[in-house]
Amino acid sequence: MSHIAVVDYGMGNLRSVAKALEHVAPEARIRVTSDAGEIAQADRVVFPGVGAMPDCIRELDARGLRGALIEAARAKPFLGICLGMQALFESSEEGHAAGLGVLPGKVRLFPAAAMHDAQGQRLKVPHIGWNEVNQTAPHPLWQGIPSGSRFYFVHSYYVEPGAAGLAAATTSYPFAFACAVASNNIFAVQFHPEKSQAAGLRLLANFVAWDGTTRV
Amino acid sequence: MGLAKRIIPCLDVTDGRVVKGVNFVSLRDAGDPVEIARRYDEQGADELTFLDITASSDNRGLILHIIEEVAAQVFIPLTVGGGVRAVDDVRRLLNAGADKVGINTSAVTNPQLVADASARFGAQCIVVAIDAKQVSAPGEPLRWHVFTHGGRRDTGLDAVAWAKKMEQMGAGEILLTSMDRDGTKIGFNLDLTRAVADAVGIPVIASGGVGNLDHLVDGILKGRADAVLAASIFHYGEYSVEQAKRYMAEHGIEVRL
Repeated sequence: MSHIAVVDYGMGNLRSVAKALEHVAPEARIRVTSDAGEIAQADRVVFPGVGAMPDCIRELDARGLRGALIEAARAKPFLGICLGMQALFESSEEGHAAGLGVLPGKVRLFPAAAMHDAQGQRLKVPHIGWNEVNQTAPHPLWQGIPSGSRFYFVHSYYVEPGAAGLAAATTSYPFAFACAVASNNIFAVQFHPEKSQAAGLRLLANFVAWDGTTRV
Repeated sequence: MGLAKRIIPCLDVTDGRVVKGVNFVSLRDAGDPVEIARRYDEQGADELTFLDITASSDNRGLILHIIEEVAAQVFIPLTVGGGVRAVDDVRRLLNAGADKVGINTSAVTNPQLVADASARFGAQCIVVAIDAKQVSAPGEPLRWHVFTHGGRRDTGLDAVAWAKKMEQMGAGEILLTSMDRDGTKIGFNLDLTRAVADAVGIPVIASGGVGNLDHLVDGILKGRADAVLAASIFHYGEYSVEQAKRYMAEHGIEVRL
C-alpha cells in the first residue's frame, strides 16, 4: 500500500489535491500532513499550494519542513504543484523571496509589456483558465495524455529554469514558458492536475504508479 | 492556440438547494447542487461558481458541506461566494475545497478585506463580484453604479472605477453582473462588460442576462470578457454546456472541447 504525503503548510487547496489522489488511488494511504517525520516516511510526496511565495517559505520554516522537503525531493517520487513547483527554484520576483533552491532557476512575474496576443488584444494576468500543455520531453507522467491537452492554470508568476533540459512541457501565454519540469525523481507542474478533469486525474494516477525515474 | 475562453455555470444556493431568481427576486427551485455540479462537469464546464444566497445565519454552514461534497467528485475549479466577511471565511471555503472565493458586499464595506485575503492566499483565489446597474439617463454618457446587499443598495460607486480599485487592492478576477439584465434572458450588458474588461488587467467574467448561445458569443467577442457565466439556460435544460461550447467554437472562439 502506497503512502503518499500531501504537504500541509497552511497554503490553500490541499483538500482538493488529497481528494483527487483518493479518487485515482483509493487503495493508497493519503495523508495531509505538516509533520516532517511523516514526510520522511512516505513513499511519495506531493507539494501543492496556492498563494504568495514569501508566505509559503515562511510557513514551511515555521513548521520546520524545509529539511524534510529538500530530502524528499532528493530521494523519492516528488510532485510539485503550482506554488509547490515555484518554491523548488532558487528565487522569486514575488516579494524577492528565496526559494528552496532544489532546482536551478527563477520565478518571474508575467511582464506587463509582453502581455498581448497576435491580434494586439491585451492578455490578462493572472493567467486563469485552460491552456494547452505541449510536452517537450517524454516522461512516465505523460503516459496516456496527448501533447496539447488542456490543463487548468491560475498564476501570475512562472518558472524560468536555469538549466537546459529541465522543462518537460511548455505553454504559450503569449510566449512559451516551462509549465512542467522534470529532474530525476522530481516532477513539478505550474497547472493544477487536481482541477484539470480527466487529463489531470490521469497525470495524478501516473504519479501514483511512478517509480521515480525518467524512463518511459 | 492559447488560453481558452471559459464557460461557467452558476449555481445560486439557498438552504442547500439550487435556485434561480429574476432581477434578484422571485426564486425558483432548480435542484440538488451536488447533482447539478456533476452534470455540468460531465458536459465539459470549465469551472463552477456557487453563490450562497442563504438568508438565515442558521444555514450558513450548509455551503461548506456542499462544497466538500462537490470537491470530492468534481475535479474542476470551484468558486464560492456569498456572505464572505472575513479572512477566516475565505480560509474556511478554501479548506472545504473552493479554489476561488468571491467577495461582494464586504469588498465595499471593508476593501481592506480584499487586500488582506489576497496577501494571505494569493490574488489568484480572490474574485471580487460586482453587481452593477445603469444609472445614466437615456442620452447621457453611460454610467453604472455598484449595488450591494443582493442588489438593494446603491453605493454610489462608479462600477468601472471600482473594478480598477479592486484590481489594485489585490483582486485576481472580476465577476461582473449586470443587475438590469440578471434573469431577463435578453443578453449581457455588453457596454458595461466591455467598459470594465478594457479598464482592468485581470480577467473579467461576464454575468447576467444570458438567454441564448449568441449571448455567450457576444459576451466574449463584443464584451471582451475572458469568461461567461450563465445559470438558467443550463439549469432548465435549454442548452447543455457542451452545446454552448461547440457553438462558441463555430464562431471562432477558442474553447476547451
